[in-house]
Amino acid sequence: MIYLEHYLFLAAIIFTIGVLGIFLNKKNVIIILMSIELILLSVNINLISFSVFLNDISGQIFALLTLTVAAAEAAIGLAILVVFYRNLGSIEVSKINKLKG
Amino acid sequence: MANNLLTIFLVPEVSLSILAICSLMYGLFSKKNAFIKTTNFATLSLLIVAVLIYFDFNTTFASFDNYFLNNSFTKFFKILTAIGAAASLVISKNYFIDSKINKFEIPTLLLFSTLGMMLMISAKDLMIMYLAIELQSLSLYVVATIKRNSLESAESGVKYFVLGALSSGILLYGFSLVYGFTGQTSFEGIYQSLSQIDKLPIGLVFGLVFVLVGLAFKVSAVPFHMWTPDVYEGAPTSITAFFAIVPKLAATALIFRFCLEPFGNFDFEWTQVIFFLSVASMFLGAVAAIAQKNLKRLLAYSSIGHVGYVLIALVAANDQGIKSASIYMFIYLLMNIAFFSILLSLKKADVFVEKIDDLNGLSKSNPLISLSIAIIMLSMAGIPPFMGFFGKLYVFIAAVESQLYLLAILGVLASVVSAFYYLRIIKGMYFDEASHTESFEFIITNHAKIILTVVMFIITFFIFYPSLLTNIVVGISLN
Repeated sequence: MIYLEHYLFLAAIIFTIGVLGIFLNKKNVIIILMSIELILLSVNINLISFSVFLNDISGQIFALLTLTVAAAEAAIGLAILVVFYRNLGSIEVSKINKLKG
Repeated sequence: MANNLLTIFLVPEVSLSILAICSLMYGLFSKKNAFIKTTNFATLSLLIVAVLIYFDFNTTFASFDNYFLNNSFTKFFKILTAIGAAASLVISKNYFIDSKINKFEIPTLLLFSTLGMMLMISAKDLMIMYLAIELQSLSLYVVATIKRNSLESAESGVKYFVLGALSSGILLYGFSLVYGFTGQTSFEGIYQSLSQIDKLPIGLVFGLVFVLVGLAFKVSAVPFHMWTPDVYEGAPTSITAFFAIVPKLAATALIFRFCLEPFGNFDFEWTQVIFFLSVASMFLGAVAAIAQKNLKRLLAYSSIGHVGYVLIALVAANDQGIKSASIYMFIYLLMNIAFFSILLSLKKADVFVEKIDDLNGLSKSNPLISLSIAIIMLSMAGIPPFMGFFGKLYVFIAAVESQLYLLAILGVLASVVSAFYYLRIIKGMYFDEASHTESFEFIITNHAKIILTVVMFIITFFIFYPSLLTNIVVGISLN
């Protein structure tokens, strides 16, 4: 039998992988975008499992809204990445270092 | 019913969203001068919306089945947001045209982000709160990158996007935990389900902390401030002006409402977090700004410091705290409008001033401008008799009333440290020789000149009539 805790545990693991993916990744900005999608996915697992176990519909509506926003966010993220690539000719994370101080 | 259907257009958010779509169409179909036309249109629409908020037509209709809150607090902050956005559009018009980023999408995107901010201020449900935050941030990611051929602008966009998306994800994870452990998404429902218990379960503590971390990113409180200096420096100055003036208002209002409404009974849980954020922001804002050479970066650290002072009022968690935060944000708005309207008009050797050293010797050629900058700097440092002093004064009064003596003392100490870098700018203008012989140019449109004059007048002579502001603020409360 799968209980609520199992779903929450899965979501927590995916969330942690997403956050670590943003901070530990040295290579590619695309991986950061994928990590952001992972974070939003873990939130959706959380919302839907809570919604099912609470017998309450609003969690599922919230998950649908999150999906929509995640799509918009990915589109804008890729557009910004294209602009960045045109200027620098590379999307290496370690090269994002012009602004500091 | 017919009557009701028409009055929906008088709801400020509805009319702003329609006007924003109209502005996009207007820019698309006008053949010449699309940027100037849309900017004027956007400014006018923001002023119309400010009037609509002030007269508050049909507020019961505007609550949309209890998803939105309308009271004196949200009304005050929404008017400030609309007026601040309008003012930042007016003062930055010249800069946009001069640096050839006159795209008509900019005013449209800024209108949409202002709409998001107004929804943020009014949101009364976790879903609406999330959607409003995203509407605001998605528009701002794009405008930060709008100067497409500049590496700095693109880099600031990437940094802002990555950290902003991460903070939204953390915020959302917190929302899912709050929803799961209370079974509610509306602020009132959460408050009611929390009023039956006297200790937060561990899941809710995690949820609350995650949400506070996400909101701290949005108000750029230390230790979640990393994006602010980079974005302020990399984005075109006119966009930086918008970033400095408007989104802070909405995010501050939201963090106040989120802490005091659903979690109002559990202030001992979140005041510790906010206490740390506040002290860290004040001191990092003061210390890190000392080493800066770029004016925009300096302003970023200064705004981080200001957020620290506002959060003192949140730790106080009383009615006086809400009032003093309203006063502080109003004063912060005016000081930033004044400073950026000068920064966006001042050129040296045909380039807009950006380095602190560029201001050296300004007092010889432009005594009035350098006097204005000096007054703004003294006001930001909180030196009487200028306006900024009163913001800090009321915040410290609120802290002392809640017996937060330690926080008030730390706040005063941090403001002494921060006075150093404000005074350094004044010293450069009055006592240092200019490194180059090129003369300064001050090009400003008439409307921006009116705004600058009025704001400078208020900042300088506020001490004679502080009651003008305090009388408005006395009526502000969350109930």
